[in-house]
Amino acid sequence: MKWLSDRTVERLRVAAQAPDLAGTRYRLISHIARGGMGAVWLAEDTALGRRVALKILDVPDASGELAARLLREARILARLEHPGIVPIHDVGTLADRRVFYTMKFVEGRRLDQHLEHVRSLPDRLRLFQRICEPVAFAHVRGVLHRDLKPENIMVGPFGEVLVMDWGLAKILHDPAETAGAAASESTPSAEESSASTRLPVLPGLPSVKASQPQTGHGVVLGTPGYMAPEQARGEVKRLDERADVFALGAILRFLLTPDAARDATIAPSPVRASSESAARPEAAGSAVPRALAAVCAKAMSPDPNGRYASVQELAADLSNYLDGLAVSAYPEGLFGKLARLFARHRTAVLLVLGYLLMRLLLLAWQRR
Amino acid sequence: MSDDTQIGGPSGRFPPTRWSAIVAARGDDPAERTRAFETIVAAYWKPVYKYIRARWGKANEDAKDLTQEFFARVMEKGFLDSYDPAKSRLRTFLRTCVDGFVANQDKAARRIKRGGDAVLMSLDFQTAEGELARSEPPAPGTMEEFFEKEWIRNLFSLALERLRAECEARGKAIHFRLFELYDLEGERKSRLTYEHLAREFGLAVTDITNHLAFARREFRRITLATLREMTANEEEFRREARTLLGVDPE
Repeated sequence: MKWLSDRTVERLRVAAQAPDLAGTRYRLISHIARGGMGAVWLAEDTALGRRVALKILDVPDASGELAARLLREARILARLEHPGIVPIHDVGTLADRRVFYTMKFVEGRRLDQHLEHVRSLPDRLRLFQRICEPVAFAHVRGVLHRDLKPENIMVGPFGEVLVMDWGLAKILHDPAETAGAAASESTPSAEESSASTRLPVLPGLPSVKASQPQTGHGVVLGTPGYMAPEQARGEVKRLDERADVFALGAILRFLLTPDAARDATIAPSPVRASSESAARPEAAGSAVPRALAAVCAKAMSPDPNGRYASVQELAADLSNYLDGLAVSAYPEGLFGKLARLFARHRTAVLLVLGYLLMRLLLLAWQRR
Repeated sequence: MSDDTQIGGPSGRFPPTRWSAIVAARGDDPAERTRAFETIVAAYWKPVYKYIRARWGKANEDAKDLTQEFFARVMEKGFLDSYDPAKSRLRTFLRTCVDGFVANQDKAARRIKRGGDAVLMSLDFQTAEGELARSEPPAPGTMEEFFEKEWIRNLFSLALERLRAECEARGKAIHFRLFELYDLEGERKSRLTYEHLAREFGLAVTDITNHLAFARREFRRITLATLREMTANEEEFRREARTLLGVDPE
């Protein structure tokens, strides 16, 4: 009997999980990743001759709760047509009754892996602005992402930014959502609320009807360190755009101080992630400009009312910073204002000062 | 397949569906009990031997004796009666039993009782020893993971050999060869594509797709069937399948 190396065992494990795509137009190529409720495979669309990412459930139950969740995710993606959101191509069910959908295969790096290639602060901020765009678009379409974090953001070879993994998305102002939340309001326990982990929709979590595959009030979904406090407390009904603003603030903190941000996200306690001191990049002793630190702290305010009301507001403040203008999050004094104006109009100020100096020298020479 | 053990192996029967070695080993039918015993030994003797070597630091010869002796105990009627799938997994139960057995074993007394170094089963310890030498020695405190890893390795080895035998018996040796090349050795040949295989084997790309899909499907089926043999009931089987493959079996 042939001895199998650890690597071969892993390859066999993957091969045994491989979906049988017989009867579809897709041809399996390789395994990409595994998520909470399924796996993502690289496949070829033989009809169109292009590569796609195929997300498929583990459970062979086309009418089950997980299938409903996957279909819901697919439908949400379908209504979010934006260059910064991975487009969905197809949805279907395999012969073994596993539900799948296909989407654009994104070749790129995750934000956390890409960051080392973006050295300058302005470049990082411009990258952040590109992250804000699809999130703001989704909000306009009434969709919250609820799991924004560096691992869910891909940066393509041409610098294009794509927000991925909409599996936890919440539709705002959806009657079905409201009904689902209200129906399950009394279901969760304090223990469930404090079990702050990512979406493992597995036995043990509160059940959700397939017809209303939404998240019940009290159910905690998200990632520690990037979850808004109200989200970490399971207050699903209270969630609005500002929950994603909080996550974007955490991403901004990550862009400004990657090491400190990583440390802050290790602790699973939502209290730590949401404390104001943890939100401030300068708390880690870094040389982050005060105005940017203030933007970060405002976006990550524990109180939703203390945050930016929308992603556009957050992005606008960053634009102001990049343009050398005042940011709303940082009330500056006279000296600070002068320093900023000097930095913004450095050339003109230096020219004027040079001109004045020359005039003074000339005047002094004439009086001699 | 090499005949590294005469228990189980390529000529072993392909299991009928939903047959459980654990249930059969507790039954009264002697033939079924023997078959169940063979199945359990085939799946567990290597992990047990390697575990005794690694966890207890036993010398090669002592570990062989202890492995033989341990499975002789397993064969005794009633040994598995205390196993409760609701409380633990079979491999956890067996590993705990091995620990208790080795801790209490007096080598001299054992030899007298069993008649010295008489070989009870033909197990290829030399191969197991060679495999052990090729593996990274487990770190202290990771013995449970080590035992589980070896169990999975052995389970996949058995499933792979069964797949090979089935494919050959059904005139589908090429399916297995493609599976070996693409799914097992593909990493060493990172640029291997379906098109390469199609050219090499003189087949259409769609044939490669279909053959690989067949082999993967069969490997999965055989792995699950092997796993089912090692579990006492449906619930335990599903739990183990999810742990092993990350999927719910149909």
